Amino acid sequence: MNELDALFHGFAIALTWYNIGMMVIGIVLGIIIGVLPGLGGPNGVAILLPLTFTMPPTSAIIMLSCIYWGSLFAGAITSVLFNIPGETHSVATTFDGYPLAQQGRAGEALTASFTGSFFGALVAVLLITFLAPLVAKFALKFGPPEFFAVFLLTFCSFVGTGKDPFKSIISMMLGFGLAAIGMDIVSGELRMTFGWSELLRGIDFLVVVIGLFGLGEILFSMEDGLAFEGKSAKINTKVVLETWKKLPKYWLTLIRSAAIGCWMGITPGGATAASFMGYGIAKRFSPDGDKFGTGQLEGVIAPETAAHASGTAALLPMLALGIPGSATAAVLLGGLMIWGLQPGPLLFVEQKEFVWGLIASMYLSNIAGLIIVLSTVPLFAAILRIPFAIIAPVIIVVCAIGAYTVHGAMLDIWFMLLFGIAGYVLKKLDYPLAPLVLSLVLGDRAEVAFRQTMMGSKGGLGVFWSNWLVGTITTLALVMLFWPVLAFAWRKLRRSQNGAAGSTT
Amino acid sequence: MEQKQDGPSGGGLSHSTAEAIASVCIFAIGVVMIVSNYRIGAGWASDGPQSGYFPLRIGVILCLASLAVLFRSVFGKQRDRGIFVTWQKLRPVLLVLLPTAVFVLAIKFIGIYVASTLFIAAFMRVMDKSIWWKILLVSIGVNVLLFWMFEIQFKVPLPKGPLEALLGY
Repeated sequence: MNELDALFHGFAIALTWYNIGMMVIGIVLGIIIGVLPGLGGPNGVAILLPLTFTMPPTSAIIMLSCIYWGSLFAGAITSVLFNIPGETHSVATTFDGYPLAQQGRAGEALTASFTGSFFGALVAVLLITFLAPLVAKFALKFGPPEFFAVFLLTFCSFVGTGKDPFKSIISMMLGFGLAAIGMDIVSGELRMTFGWSELLRGIDFLVVVIGLFGLGEILFSMEDGLAFEGKSAKINTKVVLETWKKLPKYWLTLIRSAAIGCWMGITPGGATAASFMGYGIAKRFSPDGDKFGTGQLEGVIAPETAAHASGTAALLPMLALGIPGSATAAVLLGGLMIWGLQPGPLLFVEQKEFVWGLIASMYLSNIAGLIIVLSTVPLFAAILRIPFAIIAPVIIVVCAIGAYTVHGAMLDIWFMLLFGIAGYVLKKLDYPLAPLVLSLVLGDRAEVAFRQTMMGSKGGLGVFWSNWLVGTITTLALVMLFWPVLAFAWRKLRRSQNGAAGSTT
Repeated sequence: MEQKQDGPSGGGLSHSTAEAIASVCIFAIGVVMIVSNYRIGAGWASDGPQSGYFPLRIGVILCLASLAVLFRSVFGKQRDRGIFVTWQKLRPVLLVLLPTAVFVLAIKFIGIYVASTLFIAAFMRVMDKSIWWKILLVSIGVNVLLFWMFEIQFKVPLPKGPLEALLGY
């Protein structure tokens, strides 16, 4: 029951007025960010990260993680009311959410999705509370080869689960390349600075994230010239209570989606994949499955629960291993390093207050988040009615400020512009951007782990199979990497067998 | 990355061509990584791998993956021959991008607050045809708020120009 003691200690830390204030500010900012087009979890956190440099780390992470929760909650608002997914993970919510809003049942749809989100998050936080310390304890035994193998597993599963493996690889390698620019942390040598002294400190991941996700997203959404036509939502206590009465009926969907979400969050499948999977599986197994898409409450609950569970569970590997499960978690991890904390399993030993304060705040902030979103939906829906011509320049200005504040360098604003253009082009060509952020944040640490391993083994790759633990992880990583090939071969084999069986009978 | 300037006719660059050009650019980045890291040493020193060891290999993987994408976009059976971006769609994008570039350039000379006031005002005037008091309210209001937040509350200095100097900041 060590965890419970630590958790209660964490509650004591999180329940100060200052931290509760940060929580509320974070959630409100997060909802605004989630509702606005062009701003989402990763760049919202990235832009606001420089503001937290002077705060105590625990308060800083509480505020930033709350921005993340807020943006997760908010995705549903735009999907249901405007049929525009504010975030990619809420695409699946539009399938049944918008039809419900058209039938004038927007309030029900929103209540159901928020409650589903809350349930998903709660399951994931429980999982973090009890599983993360065990994982961290286990990982304390890890040496450089094991760590590199875990990094490899993370990267490979991104490639294996992505839509286009080659593009995922390219995106990831670009991230590694960007991470390598500047001074080499092992030898102190300069790499890829091309005689440009300003590149000495490297290109900060925050600048890249703000450019790719912030400016790039604005450019991308400019193409269609956004015109919002929204439904209005009335949420009052009566609607909330009536919807809550209906929810226990969908307990199986809730649990199934939460489990899918947790799994996809820990293995970096991401909230988007989780929400689609949650929706797909609910559709297949629900007795009303054929009515999905016409406005079923279950079709709103399933993706939202999975998305929120996955978004929350993505913090488990981040806390326990120092390996983020999503792009936003990667940015949070970057923040950890900026505040001077060393991510990894030692965090649970050396920074108990920080870790448990954060975990406790996750319980509190999801309760606070649920109350805030339920009571303020009309207000946030109104934000979307502000013309894009006002919102777009303000977001660009905020992006520029965010890029500048990282190092106080003018050059970073130019880099942000450059990455904005790159982000637009890459997005148009369907390159996934999350692998780039992940490898950019983890690049240096993965490299150090790799070089330490190589130093120990004198360059032999056999070290990655030198004991059962590292061998299992490495093999698993390779399986994930070649998963598309394996799945293809398996299907082909089955088909040829079926074909052969068919021809003989 | 500047491959999307097709003519006002609306035709031109197909999706697969854009894909091919992008993959050539990525291949070039890979080559630069390989050459630059080869120069600083990508082999084995007495105490372990040299600085270029890891990035050089990253460059090689980048080149290989970009070749795969290139071949698929040139010879692939399912390549997308649709238009990459039409002029109608590109126009609003450039309408945002070019002023943003001017805005970033202006920050250096007149400071971020004045530059962004002008930027927001110009944007609202051109894109939304807003009435003047609304423009003034939003553009100045936003920047006063930002100034209060960054310079006064959080004490994070942002680039300032002659106007702020005049006001004593």
